[in-house]
Amino acid sequence: MLRFVFARVGMAVPTLLLVSIAVFVLVRMIPGDPAQLLLGDLADPDSLADMRQRMGLDKSVFQQFVIWFGNLLTGDLGSSITTGQDVTALVSSRFLISAQVVLAAVLFAALVAVPAGIIAAWRQNGVTDLFLIGTATLLVSIPTFWLGLLMLLLFGVKLSWLPVVGYVPFSQDAMGAVLYLLMPIATLFLHEIGILIRMSRASTLEVLRLDYVTHARAKGLSERAVLTRHVFRNSFGPTWTLIGLVLGNLLGGIAVVETVFTIPGLGRLLVDSIYQRDYPVIQGCLLFVAVTYVLVNLAVDLLYPLFDPKVTAE
Amino acid sequence: MTQADLSPASQARPRPQLPPTNALIGGFIVGTIVLVALIGAVWTPYDPLKLDFTSRFQSPGAEHWLGADEFGRDVLSRLMTGASTSVWISILTVTFAVLVGTTIGVVAGFLRGWTDRVLMAVNNAMLAFPGLLLALGLLAVVGANQYGIVLALGVAYSPSVARIVRGTVLSLREREFIESSRVLGNSELYTMFRHVLPNCIAPISVLATSMFGWVILAESALSFLGLGVPPPAPTWGNMLASARPFMDQAAFLSIFPGICISIALLGINLLGDAVRDRFDPRMRGMRGSH
Repeated sequence: MLRFVFARVGMAVPTLLLVSIAVFVLVRMIPGDPAQLLLGDLADPDSLADMRQRMGLDKSVFQQFVIWFGNLLTGDLGSSITTGQDVTALVSSRFLISAQVVLAAVLFAALVAVPAGIIAAWRQNGVTDLFLIGTATLLVSIPTFWLGLLMLLLFGVKLSWLPVVGYVPFSQDAMGAVLYLLMPIATLFLHEIGILIRMSRASTLEVLRLDYVTHARAKGLSERAVLTRHVFRNSFGPTWTLIGLVLGNLLGGIAVVETVFTIPGLGRLLVDSIYQRDYPVIQGCLLFVAVTYVLVNLAVDLLYPLFDPKVTAE
Repeated sequence: MTQADLSPASQARPRPQLPPTNALIGGFIVGTIVLVALIGAVWTPYDPLKLDFTSRFQSPGAEHWLGADEFGRDVLSRLMTGASTSVWISILTVTFAVLVGTTIGVVAGFLRGWTDRVLMAVNNAMLAFPGLLLALGLLAVVGANQYGIVLALGVAYSPSVARIVRGTVLSLREREFIESSRVLGNSELYTMFRHVLPNCIAPISVLATSMFGWVILAESALSFLGLGVPPPAPTWGNMLASARPFMDQAAFLSIFPGICISIALLGINLLGDAVRDRFDPRMRGMRGSH
């Protein structure tokens, strides 16, 4: 067990290092001189050279990376070119906003979709199955930003039940926060149940064909006991892994939902800083999401043996 | 899946060799969209860029079948042009990702050793980013326009191709028929193209089919964010973005482009399921189960 944990954590470390190199290289490839961006087009050559020296741009790329990486390890990601804010503080405050939406959506989606997928597989090719798999396939095919727009149109504009735009932090006004976040969470929820039902159904179908399920039934166990005790426990693994991937993908793609509902989250910050070519912030956002993605998948893998003890035996 | 398929009797009989229902519906939808895209590339009812302030926000009707937008441009014409843009972008992107990914996968899988280790380390680092995030980062580098999207999405999706191709090549090179080809005196390169690559086609086509869906979705998302094809050129994504402020005046502007994206994705998803059922050995025997 311990060997499994060390092996898996050991795999994540080089990945994290490569991810930070990738982010560094990517942002260095953005055309334009960062010093020029900072000072504007009218800067004279002397102050430009001065600024380049202060930013460490006159050093070799490798030296720059070492300095940047050293700062990164102490949590220093520099400051924003446009607003001068500390990138680490800015990115992490925006990250919390996005994370609460994503986590709530995935949690509710898993609670609904996993049982739904099992039932669909249990009733394979029956009316219930066709309905569930049909709904799921339809839901996966609707892009989140359009689903969000439709909700906004229905509940915000036509019925005026929910606020159309805006956001208040949970700490200031809990009730208000729930009202503002209801539609974004529901949007992601509907999209994710589509993905998770399909996965849960597919992995349940594979288990249902195995001999021990027939054996459990022959023993006289109730269908309920067969499904919960034998089928669920052996078929949940792939869905669990997918939940980790979905979390990361949602963080990567949340910009569109944040744009629809004007939520000041991480995705919106990234898109805005791409517009403004605010490269320290772009760097911070990319790094934050990618590192979270790696860590979430690490956590998912470490918890995997709870559902499938075979994994640690390797 | 028709009702008749569901009765136990019809399942016992040998199935007639018709493609499964999801392939038929998916194929029909995708075929229709490609057809509309082809027509949209050469002919549209109106000029999709022509401003006409007398017909601003005109509701769907005889003159403009799907209405007119905030500049009085014909929505149907813009959707048709948008279809050609989307189809064109996804063909270019998938081709790019498959070519680059296959090359990397084959080189890594065939040369093994340090080449493999270095290539796969870079590959895994790229796979550590959620797809759309990597594309956003790359767009900051290459610039937000039609070919920027192709490059950004192509680079973002090629690692998945590379990983699958490398895995297939590694398992293939241990097989007897590859060994036989070498023993017969065929060069490595010949063996590669004649025997290894053809056997990678099945996994690549499974992935490529779903990739068309990813690209359509990502392209419309990026255009929606204002980082895709720049206006006034119409795409389904940027039409949705510009419709958002006029939601209470002209709701139909927010509806039609979304329907187009959803139908396109539905078609590709159905087709993707069918292709996977056909090629993925793990899923074999579960055919018709979707």
